[in-house]
Parts: sequence; C-alpha cells; structure tokens
Amino acid sequence: MTYRTDLPVMLPVKRPEAEPFLGLKLWHMLPIALIAIIGPSLAFAQSSADGQTPFGILLNWAPLLLKGFIFNLVISVSAMALGTVGGAILGLGQISLFAPTRHGSWFVTQFFRNAPWLVLLFFAMFLLPFEINVFGLKIPFPDWFKAILGLSLPVMANVSEIVRGAVRSLPSGQWEAAESLAYTRLQTLWLIILPQCVKRMLPPWMNLYSILTMATVLASIVGVNEVMTLTGQALASEGGRPDLLAPFYGFVLLLFFVYCYPIAKFTVWLEKKYAVIT
Amino acid sequence: MNWTPADPMVSLKDVHKSFGELKVLNGVSLDVMKGDVICIIGPSGSGKSTLIRCVNALNDIQKGSILVEGQEVNDPNLDKLELRKKVGMVFQQYNLFPHKTALQNVMMAPVRVLKQDKAKAEETARALIRKVRLEGKENAYPGELSGGQQQRVAIARSLAMQPDVILFDEVTAALDPETVGEVLQTIKDLAEDGMTCILVTHEMAFAREVADHIYFTDRGVIVEHGPPETFFKNAQDPRTKEFLSQIL
Repeated sequence: MTYRTDLPVMLPVKRPEAEPFLGLKLWHMLPIALIAIIGPSLAFAQSSADGQTPFGILLNWAPLLLKGFIFNLVISVSAMALGTVGGAILGLGQISLFAPTRHGSWFVTQFFRNAPWLVLLFFAMFLLPFEINVFGLKIPFPDWFKAILGLSLPVMANVSEIVRGAVRSLPSGQWEAAESLAYTRLQTLWLIILPQCVKRMLPPWMNLYSILTMATVLASIVGVNEVMTLTGQALASEGGRPDLLAPFYGFVLLLFFVYCYPIAKFTVWLEKKYAVIT
Repeated sequence: MNWTPADPMVSLKDVHKSFGELKVLNGVSLDVMKGDVICIIGPSGSGKSTLIRCVNALNDIQKGSILVEGQEVNDPNLDKLELRKKVGMVFQQYNLFPHKTALQNVMMAPVRVLKQDKAKAEETARALIRKVRLEGKENAYPGELSGGQQQRVAIARSLAMQPDVILFDEVTAALDPETVGEVLQTIKDLAEDGMTCILVTHEMAFAREVADHIYFTDRGVIVEHGPPETFFKNAQDPRTKEFLSQIL
C-alpha cells in the first residue's frame, strides 16, 4: 500500500546533501585576493628610493620561505603520524579491561591533553640530549626531530581521547552481539568496533591535524628553521624595514590559509557525509 | 563433565543476581531439556532478560548454579568462548553489524571464530539466509533492511554458529506489528526442527502455540510454571491470574 502525503513528517528522511568538496565560491576569492594584494601594495606605496619594491623583495625571498613552509608541513605530518600511533595505543589502553593499563593510559592522556603545547615543546627541546649513544653509535637528535617529538605529545593525548570517545559512542549492543558470537575481545575490537569507529574518528582527527599544522610555528621559538624563523631572518637581513612586515607575514598567513582551509572544508564535508542518522 | 543428552541441556539452580543493591533474581531454578521450547513471561522489570543473559554469561550471577550441557557457568575459570559457541543469542535490538552485509554478518563468526573454510561458511550462510526467507538480500546492509528482516538475519547469524540452544530476548518487542509475524514464523520453523529455544516474550498467543513449557516470573522469582494449556487455562497463583487478565 502506498500513501500520498505532503506532510513533512510522513516523507522519507533525506540525508542532508553533502556540499561539494571545497565549497569555495567565486566571491570567496575576493577576501583572499585582497589580503594578498593590499598588504604588498600598501607596502609598495611606502617603497623606498632604492628601486626595489617590498613586493619585489618578497618575491626574492619567496622560494626560501616556501622551503621553510614545507619544513613546517614535514613537522606536522611527522608529529601527526607519531601522535596517531601513540594515541591509538593510548586510547585502546583507556578501554582496557586491565585496570592498571586503563588508569595509566587515562592519566597520561589527561596529563598531556591539559598541558600547553609550547611548554611540552620546551620540555622536548631542553630535556632531550642532542645525541644518544647506542652501542658506540652516535645517533644525533637534531632540533627539528625534538620539535616533532614535542608536538606529537599533545597530538597523542588528543588522538587517545578521539579513539576512546569513538569506541564509547558505539551502542553496547555491538559488544554484546560480538561477545555472544564467541569473538575474543581483540577480534571484537578489530573486526567490529574499530571499523565502525574510523568514520567517526576521521573528522575530529583532521581537525586536530589542522590545529597541529598551525601550531608548528611554535617551533620557531625554540630555534627550528621553519617558516617563521626564516621570515624573521629574511626581515632582519633586509635591515628590519617596517614596511616589509605586512607583506612578509601576510605571505606566511596566506600559505597557512591556503593549506588549512581546504582541510577544514573537507572535514565539514566528511562530518555531513558520516552524520549519524538514527 | 559427564553430561548426557538425557540430562537437562540448561539447568538453573537457585540463581541469585543483583545489580548493586537491586536484587533482580531471587533464587530461580528451571530445567530445559534438549529440543524443548520454553517461554519466560512476566511483567517488565521482573528479571526475565537478566535471567537469559546469565545463561551465556553476558551477566554474571552472585549465587547458585547454571549448567549448560554440564558446564558450570558460575565459575571464575569458565571458558566463556566455549560456552558461547554452544549458546546462541538473538537480541531485541537485532544488533547486526552495520558495516557488514547480511551475508557477511552471517558468515563472519563461523570463519573467524570456528575457523571454518570460507567457501563452506558462505555456502552455509546462503542456505541459512534462504531458510529465514531472505533470499536476494544477501548483499544488503542492515540499514537497508526492515526491522523484521534484520531480526531474521540476526537469527541466521546465530544459527550459523550451530549452537545447541538459542536465547531469544524479546526479539519482537522492537518490531513493527506487521513484521512480527515473519519473525515468529522463523522461530516456529526452528522449534519444529528441534532446536532448543529459551524465549523471553510478550507474545502470549505465540507462547501458547509453540512453547513446551511456560514460566511466569515476577520480582525475581518463578511464580508459576507449566505446559501452556494448563498454564493459560488454569493459573493458580493470584499474581499470574492478574497478569494474564491484563494481557489477554
């Protein structure tokens, strides 16, 4: 039997349509272009007499700054990878049936989740040796590696919470069904619980990555040669001209924006796509 | 273990269970013989679901004994996996795995838990899906099936483990009225095949038709029990009478 109806409550539920991936419309380009153009042109208006415009100077430095930015990305990806592996282990530790593991994982998670990232970075920088001796083999610990370690700690703690939250968000019936089919706990986790969690974990995980990428500039404070450090050095070698500040830092802002904005949009798109419809 | 098929397949003796201060089971005893279909009925909150969840050790008990084919369930050294290979369970909320198709739901446990050959498990799974009258739905995900269809997949999933006894925990309570019949029919088929079934149900007409024995529970004890004809026509205890008058 079929009914014809106009009552909204009687109609089948429609999934909200997922937006196209980037969701950038033409007018979005306007503010981005403005930032990119106004900064340099303001500087251009104040250009000095030696013939080189601030924009020209920025162009000269751009390849070096880009290299620095790529270094930021390397730090962010490495810290994310390390943090994700550590966080996954820690998160599963938080749902362990063995109380000491559970409590220990909880404590480590809470400790690193509630610590300022910069302080953790300082800890990693100044408490780790610059090299370690393994059976006479000297393994150097360069600054950038310590920065990766330092930044991976808060990432780890946040991933741990994402994992724990996702596992907890599944209905307990899934566990019971698996248990009553004689799956071991490990099989239950691996075959039934975690595959369902991945979808739920992806958006917050990408969000975290975005935040981490923007936090990589903290490494400049501890002397890693990433984009902020290089920008400072470039400005200094140009004689610290105040008219160069806006275009240079504007350029750095733009780099991060162009990289992080699509991630944020993609996350929103994923969230809509995987929205739980009950 | 020297259990023989002449002994009860499931035997509960003086089972006590409480959640903290709340006493749920207060000395329950019952026996289920091989091939028996027993129905447990009673008002909500009388401990029916808890009772059958204790049989496959989803809930532990504080006192008493539960023997499944001679294996003691109330034992700290119990091999829960071995027990659960013998005792299947179907839930009120179906609890199918939403990321797997109907076929995968049915064949996954035989492959992963019983280590059956994949091709053989798939053959069995397809046959079971036919048995619960869902041919053609093998590749559907649970979200694409109706409640009644999902519940029948859940029954097939439980059967795939070749259990000796199946627990049914209010399996029609969450269903639309028009799909209740198809699920009950599936259970009836099982009963006729000789499967040992322990059902918690509110479907009195169904209980009367398929059950070999009816148990009425209230406040954690079995108030009255007997074969369906005597039970429904000749209830003795005032609590049973009151319950039946409300529900029939």
